[in-house]
Amino acid sequence: MATLLEARGVTKKFGGLTALNHVDLTLDEGRIASIIGPNGAGKTTFFNVFTGLYVPEEGVVRFRGSTLTGLRPDQITALGVCRTFQNIRLFKNMTAVENVLVGMHARVGSSLWGALSRNQHWTREEAALWARAAELLDIVGLRGRANELARNLPYGDQRRLEIGRALASKPALLLLDEPTAGMTQGEARSLMALLRRLVGDLGLTILLIEHNMRVVMEVSDHVTVLDYGEKIAEGRATEVQKDPRVIEAYLGRRKWTPRAEAGDA
Amino acid sequence: MIAMIKTLLDKPLPATVLVVALLGVSAWGVAHFPRSIVVFLLFQASIFLLYFARMPRWLKMSLTLGTLGVLMPVLGTINAYYMEIAIQVGIFVALALGLNIVVGLAGLLDLGYVAFFAVGAYSWAIVGSPQANLIFGGTFFPLSPWWFFVFLFVGVGVAAGAGILLGLPVLRLHGDYLALVTLGFGEVIRVLANNLDKPINFTNGPKGITPIGRPPIFFAPALRAVGIEPDPNVIYPLYLYALVLLIVGATVLVNRRLEDSHIGRAWEAIREDQTAAEAMGVPLVRMKLLAFACGASFAGAVGVLFSAKQIFINPESFTFMESIGVLAMIILGGMGSIPGAILGATVVTVLNLQVLKGLSLWFNELRNAGIEIFGYNLANLPTQLEPAKYERMVFGLIIVLMMIFRPQGILPARRRTRELTEPTDP
Repeated sequence: MATLLEARGVTKKFGGLTALNHVDLTLDEGRIASIIGPNGAGKTTFFNVFTGLYVPEEGVVRFRGSTLTGLRPDQITALGVCRTFQNIRLFKNMTAVENVLVGMHARVGSSLWGALSRNQHWTREEAALWARAAELLDIVGLRGRANELARNLPYGDQRRLEIGRALASKPALLLLDEPTAGMTQGEARSLMALLRRLVGDLGLTILLIEHNMRVVMEVSDHVTVLDYGEKIAEGRATEVQKDPRVIEAYLGRRKWTPRAEAGDA
Repeated sequence: MIAMIKTLLDKPLPATVLVVALLGVSAWGVAHFPRSIVVFLLFQASIFLLYFARMPRWLKMSLTLGTLGVLMPVLGTINAYYMEIAIQVGIFVALALGLNIVVGLAGLLDLGYVAFFAVGAYSWAIVGSPQANLIFGGTFFPLSPWWFFVFLFVGVGVAAGAGILLGLPVLRLHGDYLALVTLGFGEVIRVLANNLDKPINFTNGPKGITPIGRPPIFFAPALRAVGIEPDPNVIYPLYLYALVLLIVGATVLVNRRLEDSHIGRAWEAIREDQTAAEAMGVPLVRMKLLAFACGASFAGAVGVLFSAKQIFINPESFTFMESIGVLAMIILGGMGSIPGAILGATVVTVLNLQVLKGLSLWFNELRNAGIEIFGYNLANLPTQLEPAKYERMVFGLIIVLMMIFRPQGILPARRRTRELTEPTDP
């Protein structure tokens, strides 16, 4: 399988804090992979580096062989990487369908003149955009709520709408930041089914940040574990689960040594 | 009372009858009591009722065209001041619609908007008057009046350029910081206009530029052919009114088309959450500059018209208060709402030009009459109480009260809802 995304030696510092320390990651096409780790491990920072919101001090990110580091977020989206946010960031005062339409911006060919003159090309393209938006809302199961304001949607629907909006840019790689956060088991399960469908039907590759271990174990082919900005383990879900370093990161050490604790603080 | 009117306006037949009757009565009133402010206000109110009334589209369009295109000019020949008010309202509607793009749609708070108006006005004023001779020497200027029409577009271009010029340094700023820099920009343009009379006299400083050329009355032969002798004093207000109507029509059209396109959606996305917008593929730099340029271009066109209408301009016309005035208009009407911007511009302009001035007139009559009430002679009322002096306070009150009680404005932007077509099977 071809490599889609490749991060080499990515380092990101915030003042004295090293949020990411020489992290490598390789993601193959057509997979669902997860990044897990305790709070503050640098998972979202990693996403922000992928999508151009942060520029890393060191290291490089390549997508289909072209370098992403240094590109603007909108350029990266145009190349085919799109994301959702940990704390939902929809365009709250726009309708669901408008949110999806904004997601298509990178794929719109019309110019200012097209919008002003409403020529044939613009009319045709606009109709196509709306039709595709309807399709995408169908995929994420929000067809019936197209004209509702994003802020009036229930929480689970907002998460789905964010995925729909990200899909609108026709990405090859979808980055989901805690997509099931705050969802019930049932909602999470149906979301997982949706993700599998996306990989199967649309040929997407998905990278997840997830805290819900059941979700991680169930859907991901590959798991990367971060802790304090470093990669401490990676591999198949079942393997990672047994890794002593992972267990330590999540649960602490088996033997409690008061001196070491005091030394850490 | 309001509820009753509302139910009436919701049914096509009573709505049509009510609106036509009101328009007719108020127009008759204006024709017979040309000096009554109340009657003219009623006439304006009935135009807005027309907007709210539910009736067939063609009927509404033709009634609007008839009212603005025929009735208003006829009333304007009866009382020339009404024509002046209508022109000013038109100018401010175009300004409010321009600012609406920047503030209402893209969410970029611009407190120096009047700068673009000034840029447009000066671009025609300098070459449309002998002023340019002081810069280039010779006696080539003023340009022939025909150039006015070219300069409507030059004004658009120059103002759009100024918009980009302002946009570039403020791209990284949000909120308060952006507002402060734009405020500074507005002042810079005004101070430049005030001081660019040395070493080379571009703007003639605080003394201003005059006489500025007016558009040619190219239809004069046609008027003479039908037996009307074109008197500039009568023709020009009507002519300028027609031009203002055209510009306002164009701005409304452009506003609507931009709003309902990928560009307008991108602007709104930036307003809602610019980080998310950028992550969804909206190029922030390009879209923000486009918003500044589009917003400014309306002000540029209307600035050219303003300078031709006034014949004389000086920096006094382009103070910070004007920017705040236009902002008050869109806050009153509703940010991001086209009908809101039109309503806000009309209400604020009429309030300034008519209501406050009318009250001042009444106040002065009271003083002059010198009647004594409870031992107090009204002639002793201090002139500081004159209502026209409270223009700024009214702007302030409008902004404060609206922000507290109705932040979405009188006519808030309505979300467009649309039936989605059936998705085609893949």
